[in-house]
Parts: sequence; structure tokens; C-alpha cells
Amino acid sequence: MGPQINPLTVAEVAGQESSRDEIVIQVNDLHKVYDLGETQVHALRGVSLAIRRGEFVSIMGASGSGKSTFMNILGCLDKPTSGQYLLEGADVSGLEKKQLAGIRNRKIGFVFQGFNLLARTTALENTELPTLYSRIDKAERHRRAVEALTMVGLGDRINHFPSQLSGGQQQRVAIARALVNRPSILLADEPTGNLDSRTSVEVMEIVQSLNDKGLTIVLVTHEHDIAQFTKRSIVFRDGKIRRDEAIFNRANAADVLKTMPVLED
Amino acid sequence: MFLSTIIREAVLALVRNRIRSLLTMLGIIMGVGSFICVVAVGNAGSSRVEEQLSNVGDNLIWVEAGSRARSGVRIGSRGTKTLMVGDAQAVLDQVPGVKNASPNVDGHIQAIYGNLNWGTQYRGVSPEYFEIRKWQVRLGAGFTQDDVEKNAPVCVLGQTVALNLFGEEDPLGKTINIKSVPFKVIGVLQCKGFSATGQDQDDFVVMPVTTAQKRITGAECLDDIYFSAASRAEIPEVTRRIIGVMRERHHLRASEDDDFNIRTPEELIRAQLAAANVFTLLLGSAASLSLLVGGIGIMNIMLISVTERTREIGIRLAIGATEQDIQLQFLSEAIVMSLIGGALGVLAGVLGSFLLKNTLHWDMQLSPHIMAIAGLFSAIVGIFFGYYPARKAAQLDPIEGLRYE
Repeated sequence: MGPQINPLTVAEVAGQESSRDEIVIQVNDLHKVYDLGETQVHALRGVSLAIRRGEFVSIMGASGSGKSTFMNILGCLDKPTSGQYLLEGADVSGLEKKQLAGIRNRKIGFVFQGFNLLARTTALENTELPTLYSRIDKAERHRRAVEALTMVGLGDRINHFPSQLSGGQQQRVAIARALVNRPSILLADEPTGNLDSRTSVEVMEIVQSLNDKGLTIVLVTHEHDIAQFTKRSIVFRDGKIRRDEAIFNRANAADVLKTMPVLED
Repeated sequence: MFLSTIIREAVLALVRNRIRSLLTMLGIIMGVGSFICVVAVGNAGSSRVEEQLSNVGDNLIWVEAGSRARSGVRIGSRGTKTLMVGDAQAVLDQVPGVKNASPNVDGHIQAIYGNLNWGTQYRGVSPEYFEIRKWQVRLGAGFTQDDVEKNAPVCVLGQTVALNLFGEEDPLGKTINIKSVPFKVIGVLQCKGFSATGQDQDDFVVMPVTTAQKRITGAECLDDIYFSAASRAEIPEVTRRIIGVMRERHHLRASEDDDFNIRTPEELIRAQLAAANVFTLLLGSAASLSLLVGGIGIMNIMLISVTERTREIGIRLAIGATEQDIQLQFLSEAIVMSLIGGALGVLAGVLGSFLLKNTLHWDMQLSPHIMAIAGLFSAIVGIFFGYYPARKAAQLDPIEGLRYE
């Protein structure tokens, strides 16, 4: 059984009515140098890139290629050593920690490889977590979290603990959590890395449908198959962008799912 | 709103680790509990001493006909017969700061009423006696200076004597016989109960000093004189001056010892009170030391918790928690823990006090403000020992936190 997706609310969550051509992410000549005392590691060596609203970008590259560092900077978890990062036109490369926390909270939704849900905390409470830090009132927090969980097809599991959910369901809770504050971009760091192939496609089906509703998505993966579900592929090597091309004949996760055998256990 | 959610999360986090939380709180519980018990014991002791203090008298200075070494032979207490009514008057006249004086004689007598008799003490005094000893007359009245001048055969009974001779009967106006002399009962004293040394303070008969001298002892000399200093601060100076006047009146040479003893019982009891307070303070600080140890326990567990929850902190930071949010979260966990510990500690202290009272029959006096102080103190312990672990949590790098296995 594939996930039941409620199609009604996604557009509202993606929430941007502005032009599709608007640039959401603009980075100019990003450099990141880690100072390890004796040696200096150049993780990024001049990365420039623009991502428009509604794009679905996959980032690939071997470990050490700089893609994780790039994602951390995009996610405002890290600051570039030099270069400029404009998020929705505003320069965030020089912001204070507290301001960066606010941007992570409101403009960026994170999905991680390891799900990163809080244990012994229900799906609903996990999903509500970002709204706690945006000081939204209790009723609204609850409403948004239920809405986000319903959207990823978990409306009937809101009171389940992560330990009571399958890997795919946990990742869907993580996606609901990423969406609950209606972010400008969704950053997914190997979201299918811990999942079997069928569940991976199920998760990608949700991600694709979110993009179809207008959400800008940047997805890190090292699986070529997964990258095929996105619209644009960027390959990192040695801290630089080596390839940046549109994907033709994009795979549709819903169609792929129909061809896959259902594994019953 | 946000704060209430934070506190709710803190409580939930503690409930998830309930055994550990309880064990951590145990330090605070025992600290607060023992603090409350110790202070209850100390307070009871102090108030007992204070009660004695109020029973002693009004800045009492007590001059007693005393021992005197003469050619190596010491005559025992009350051995000398040199203390006279004139001494009391002379001190009153010559020493500034002496408010009242009451010359006294006392001894053992048998008081008889009808077919009942009761062995007791008599005390011949002046009317000022009642004021000096802060002794109220419960029934009837005390005697007057006029009675003293006329050697009137009147007496005021202590509560014990009144009870043993008259029972339910009204003693006022009745006549009792002491050494074959009929005395008219004109009053009954207020009950004072037992003294610090276990004596029944109410077992005596009071009469005018002259009456006692003429009709009972048949001697001019006194057994003791009570003086009342105008204020407590003046007691040492007044005492010194009284000694001077007395020695002069008794023609004692510099080489000779006093032929009287002078005592200031209030000073002694005040010293006792101070000692009791120091004792309470000492025990109290030992108990608060255990509260401190409890606080260190909280810090220890919070540090472990921060390390264990590195990943959680990373997640929270990634989804938009600020450093302050994280700090507040861990700080409130520490505070909630120490406050719950403090509340349970107050409960343990109250229960412990009752237990000690009922099993060991210790005097315990619980005071609400000490409980409030203990509660407040445990909150402070929570803030103080929770701050560092919370700071440590807040300063975590979110990327490190997310990577933590």
C-alpha cells in the first residue's frame, strides 16, 4: 500500500503565490575553509548557483566533494568563510546565530537521512516542534501539525511514537515536521538513505507531489535512481560544481511504484 | 505561553527518566527535609529557653546571703546573717539604674487549712516582688506597702498550694495556719509551671517580708534581695555598683571576699539561648551542605543528560531553536527537578518532624517561613547548578549534534 496523500492542502503549505521565476537561493563564489590547526581543508572552492522557486534540485557527489558543507550552508547551520548567500533576496551570510535560528525555523524545512525524530515523543509532538520555536499559539500549532501529518498520509497515526512506526512512516513524520512552518525551501539530506527501495520511492512520491504543488526542494543523494526523480542535477567534486544539468525523462515516483513488487512479510 | 510549554516539556523529560530523576531529587529531598527537621528541633529548644527567660523576671539581679571564706573556713550558701532590709534600700537609693528592690526571706513551712495540711515554702517579700518576677495575681490581689509596714498576717498562695489546700473551694478570704499564726488568704498567683531545673515554681506562699521576719523567722536578716535593673543593657554596670554598695555597707576590706552572692539569671539564660541558636545554626548549615551536595547531583545528571541528548539538541537547533531556547529548556528541567525535590523535601521534613516527635518525643517546632526558605533555596540550587549544563547544551554546534551517534 502506498501512502495516502491528501492533495488539498499542499498548495497552501507551499504557500508562495509569487512568480515561478523568482530566485529563492542565490550563492556567489562560496568558499569554506576548515582550519584544523596544522592543515587547512578547503571544503568549498568557489561555488556559484541560483535556484528558482519551484525547482527540484538533486545534489550528488562523492563524500568529501563538499556537498554536505554546501547543504549545511544552505540550511544556515554553517556560515561560509567567504562569498555571498542570498535567501529570497536577503543576504544571510553575515547574520547572527539567533537570526539564523529564526531563518532555519521559518524559511527552511529539514529532512535528514536518519529521520532525526525525538524518541518517546508522538508523531504529533514531533511535528509541532518547529512551531514551538516560532511562538505560535497552542491551538494553531496543533492545527498545523495535524494538517501536515494528514498531508503525508499519517492523519491516523498522530499519537504514535517513532518506535511504533516503520522507517518510511518515520520519514514522513520528518517531512511533516519540515513543512509545518510553511518554509520557502525543503532541504533533504539523503532522505532515502536508510530506507529500502520501495519505501524510498514512496517517500520520493511525496517529495515529488510537494514539488508539484510549488515547493522548492534541494535533495542530497548519492543514488542515481533517486536523482532521476528530480528536475535538475548538480554534481559536486573537490569543492566545486562539476556538472549542472536539467533532467530529461524525469521518473515519476507514482508510476515507478506501480511497477514495483509489493513485499509482504 | 512559550514558558508553560517549556515547563511541560521539562516535566515530560523528567518523567521519561523517572527513576533517574527521583534518585537525583533524593539529594535535594534529604537536604531540605533534614534542614526543616533540624531547624524544628532548634526552634523548639530556643523557644523553651525563651519561655524560661520570660519567667525569670524583669532584668533580675539576685543578691543572696552567701558563703564567705573566713580563716579558711567557708560558710555554706546563706550562711551569713549580714543581709538586711537596709541593704535593699541603700542600693535603691545609691545605685542609678535600679528600678525595684524586694528584700526576701524564705524557708520551709507547713500550711494548714481545716484538716488539710501541705508542706511548702514561704517567701516574705515586698510588693515590688510581683513586678520584679513578672508574676500576676490571678485571684484577689497582692499585698501593699501598708501591709508590709503593719506586719499584716496576709498571704498570697501559689497555684499548687491553693489546689492542695482548697481544691475546688474559693480560697479568698479564708484563713490558713502557718506556724500557729493565722494568715488571711488575699490572693492566688498565676500559674508559672515548672522551672528549667524541674522545680514546681507554683508551690509556695507569699507574704509581706516583715510579717515573715516577725512571725516566722524571728530574725532581722534576709535570705536574698531581688533587684530589677532599668534595662538589660545596664545589668552588668548595675551589678558592679551593687557589689560596691554592699561591700561598703558590710565594711568589707579589699582583701576580704564578698559575704553575699550576686547572680543575674537572665544573663545565664540569654547565654543558653545564644548557645541554642548557635547549635541550630550549626546543624542547619550542615543540613544545607547536604542540599548543596544534592545540587551537585543535579548538575551531574544534567551534564550526563546533555551529552546523551546531543542529537536531540542538534535537531532542535536545526529546526529553529535559538541558544536561549535550548538553555531555557535544560535550565527549566534542573529547576523543575529541584523544585519538586524541594516540595517533597518539605513534605519529608514535616513527616520526619512528626515521626521524631511521636517516637523519640523530641520537641519540634515547625515554622512556615523556614519551609518557604527551604523551597526558595532549592529553586536557587536548581538555577545555580542547572546553569552550566544548560549553557553547555546551548553552545552545541547543530551540525555536531546532528552527526552525534
